[in-house]
Amino acid sequence: MSDSRKTGRVDMPRQPASVRVRNFDEVALGYSEEDARREAGRCIQCKNPLCVQGCPVDIDIPRFILQIREGDEAGAAATLKLKNSLPAVCGRVCPQEEQCEKLCILGKKGQPVAIGRLERYAADRETAAGQGSRPGPAGSRPAVTRPSMASPTGRSVAVIGAGPSGLAAAGELAKLGHRVTVFEALHKPGGVLVYGIPEFRLPKAIVEQECDFIRSLGVEIRCNYVIGRSGTVDELLRTGFDAVFVGTGAGLPYFMNIPGENLNGVYSSNEFLTRVNLMKAYRFPEYDTPVHVGRNVAVIGGGNVAMDAARCSLRLGAETVHLVYRRGREQLPAREEEIENAFEEGVRPVFLTVPVEILGDENGWVKGLECIRMELGEPDASGRQKPVPVAGSNHILEADTVIMAIGQGPNPLLTLTTPDLKLNKWGYIVADEATGQTSKKGVFAGGDIVTGAATVILAMGAGKKAAMAIHKYLQQDRP
Amino acid sequence: MPQLNEIIRKTSLAPGIVRFDLHCPDIASHAKPGQFVVVRRDEVAERIPLTIADFDAAAGTIVLIIQEAGLSTKKLCGLERGERVTDVLGPLGQPSEIENYGTVVCVGGGVGAAPMYPITKALKAAGNRVHSILGARSKDLLILEEETRRVSDELHVCTDDGSSGTRGFVSGKLAELIASGVKIDRVWAIGPGVMMRAVCDVTRPGGIPTVVSLNTLMVDGTGMCGGCRITVGGKVKFVCVDGPEFDGHQVEFGELLKRSRMYADRESRADRDHACRLGLKT
Ligand SMILES: Cc1cc2nc3c(=O)[nH]c(=O)nc-3n(C[C@H](O)[C@H](O)[C@H](O)COP(=O)(O)OP(=O)(O)OC[C@H]3O[C@@H](n4cnc5c(N)ncnc54)[C@H](O)[C@@H]3O)c2cc1C
Ligand SMILES: Cc1cc2nc3c(=O)[nH]c(=O)nc-3n(C[C@H](O)[C@H](O)[C@H](O)COP(=O)(O)OP(=O)(O)OC[C@H]3O[C@@H](n4cnc5c(N)ncnc54)[C@H](O)[C@@H]3O)c2cc1C
Ligand code: SF4
Ligand code: SF4
Ligand code: FES
Repeated sequence: MSDSRKTGRVDMPRQPASVRVRNFDEVALGYSEEDARREAGRCIQCKNPLCVQGCPVDIDIPRFILQIREGDEAGAAATLKLKNSLPAVCGRVCPQEEQCEKLCILGKKGQPVAIGRLERYAADRETAAGQGSRPGPAGSRPAVTRPSMASPTGRSVAVIGAGPSGLAAAGELAKLGHRVTVFEALHKPGGVLVYGIPEFRLPKAIVEQECDFIRSLGVEIRCNYVIGRSGTVDELLRTGFDAVFVGTGAGLPYFMNIPGENLNGVYSSNEFLTRVNLMKAYRFPEYDTPVHVGRNVAVIGGGNVAMDAARCSLRLGAETVHLVYRRGREQLPAREEEIENAFEEGVRPVFLTVPVEILGDENGWVKGLECIRMELGEPDASGRQKPVPVAGSNHILEADTVIMAIGQGPNPLLTLTTPDLKLNKWGYIVADEATGQTSKKGVFAGGDIVTGAATVILAMGAGKKAAMAIHKYLQQDRP
Repeated sequence: MPQLNEIIRKTSLAPGIVRFDLHCPDIASHAKPGQFVVVRRDEVAERIPLTIADFDAAAGTIVLIIQEAGLSTKKLCGLERGERVTDVLGPLGQPSEIENYGTVVCVGGGVGAAPMYPITKALKAAGNRVHSILGARSKDLLILEEETRRVSDELHVCTDDGSSGTRGFVSGKLAELIASGVKIDRVWAIGPGVMMRAVCDVTRPGGIPTVVSLNTLMVDGTGMCGGCRITVGGKVKFVCVDGPEFDGHQVEFGELLKRSRMYADRESRADRDHACRLGLKT
């Protein structure tokens, strides 16, 4: 055991790059039982585990790892679910190197314990046990661990948005005995997990299985219902809901406001990824929704969203995919694992570069990008070096598809129709960090609509905290 | 009791134009003239926008009038009474600004007569003197003539081939009306992009305020994808949330027309494949 501690973490098998760029199947294949036990054996079971401080939802990490080592996979899953209702998701998409694994003591001298991979392993094994077959998400049934349910309270809560924050809030509230209805604008629940993050990173069957689990707790999920149009927050409060949780995310796409952005072939990352993932354009014409991917794709941005768009483009047959980012390799905000995967698959980075105009042909289609080079100057308020343009560095990058992945903001549909909801200057809802309480009585909020685009685990954590606060509120505010 | 999104009536209005009465009580009780829904016929279908051509809150029904344009609309029109549309989301978009403007002209071209109808009805109810102009390629493609007549003070019909009403385009009829000295306070125009552009060209010299309803491509219809964006008055607008109605004199129609052709090739491929699967073409 001590040997493996020194030799570094156990690798997780992946599809080879040359194979996976031809399909949308999951890239990372997960640990075998032997791999998992070996990796679990590397954890030295710290008395004062630093890793837990790095996890936004305080999972008892050494405990679940010990359970894996001892072969108690159901126990490991139960430990995870105590704090995290979506371990199969978080094990796959958490930026672990910034969170739990960053603080793991083994990381001081060598490689940290692969906490995320182990989390994924425990969650997948539980699912597999639930359906009595091999591990793996395909066609999975609801998980086996049934949480204890409080007796019905007779109170009703409306949850708006079925992303990670809304689903987490709904699950907690249902366990506490409240009647919960989730209102979701799209035709499928999951938020970014279904429309944004591609199948090859997070199989949709896993999200479906988590939604089924939430439904099995008695939660009703009503899709095709957009609050702000099909109804309003005030209407919900008037028509029998005692409290409302708003988890509508940061779904408004930003553009750069440069000339040529409305040419054909220019997408927001939201549109591109929604067509590909939610509408399954990658299976066109079996599915009716088309997506246009040319030979030369330029993706603008450097976060998870940009990586996902770039990797989808490659899989859809683009010959070259350039990732145009205004800072350098070290500053890329995406998850490290996905940056490596993307470059291995053939995504070509163009660092320290910013487009200033998108050039079109006579039919209104994109034909190229005029860019300028940047150099890193003084550190800005966030401590990151600010990119500054290099005079006279204009040059042309050939492209027939451009995907803008420069960030998202808050969608104003709900907030415009709820005038007494206080917003900050960017349009995000102002809410108490510990409780999610907003300026409006009985209305709580959490996830990206409060913090701005963040992470799945933070959104879930916010949903859970708000659920506890709503529970308290409902106990005090008896009619 | 009908199920949610069930087709409780299907009527053929003209060759390739179908009317559905759908059971959508929540949408019917929130809808206002000028708004639309996004529908997905089945699990593999696209999401497409369609105007709420009429609604009855008490009965819980909305009316959609659909013209077969390509794959999605053809498949949708193939549904029968008693079947369900898998997803219907709405009402979406900003409602029309209905006021008593004085004298208004409502121009509906082709299937644009459908979205025009509830607005015409509301403008009439608000006390306006309403001239309606309906246009179609030929007599058999003319829809909602009687319904529109009932809510208009005057109805003018034009067809491209002269098989009904005057021969010519709706924009020509409108120009005649203006030339005849009728004082017009506002014009509404709904139809194909080229038609709306022609109407705006007619009303621009006299500065007659002209409202158009833009029919861009859409995916979500909630402001999330940006696929429906269009330049209006030099600013980028999302048609699904900022519109669909805009000041026609500010709209970049050239951009609108180009953007709506973005998938022309791919769509026809899906259409062809679909026809092959059904054994319609080889
Ligand atoms: C492409 C992409 C990749 C990402 N990759 C990662 C990653 O690898 N790791 C990670 O941790 N994070 C990642 N993120 C970020 C993460 O997904 C988000 O931080 C998280 O999903 C936020 O959750 P949420 O519940 O606040 O909102 P969302 O997931 O955005 O869900 C909000 C839901 O509310 C619905 N909604 C919005 N308005 C209304 C309304 N008015 N009425 C009804 N419903 C409404 C929306 O349709 C949506 O389903 C990624 C994000 C994107 C876009
Ligand atoms: C707000 C709004 C309201 C609408 N209301 C109605 C309605 O009440 N009844 C109705 O029949 N249609 C309506 N439309 C148009 C309808 O959504 C499209 O006809 C439909 O999406 C076409 O899908 P398809 O797959 O059948 O055809 P496609 O295969 O997508 O298109 C067939 C041909 O039509 C062109 N085309 C596609 N969409 C448009 C468009 N929006 N404008 C111009 N050309 C287009 C394509 O480029 C192609 O050449 C509305 C559109 C919007 C945005
Ligand atoms: S939820 Fe995320 S941060 Fe917490 S232990 Fe799991 S992978 Fe680490
Ligand atoms: S810090 Fe690392 S070694 Fe220590 S308990 Fe956590 S995972 Fe195990
Ligand atoms: S249709 Fe997606 S933003 Fe309008």
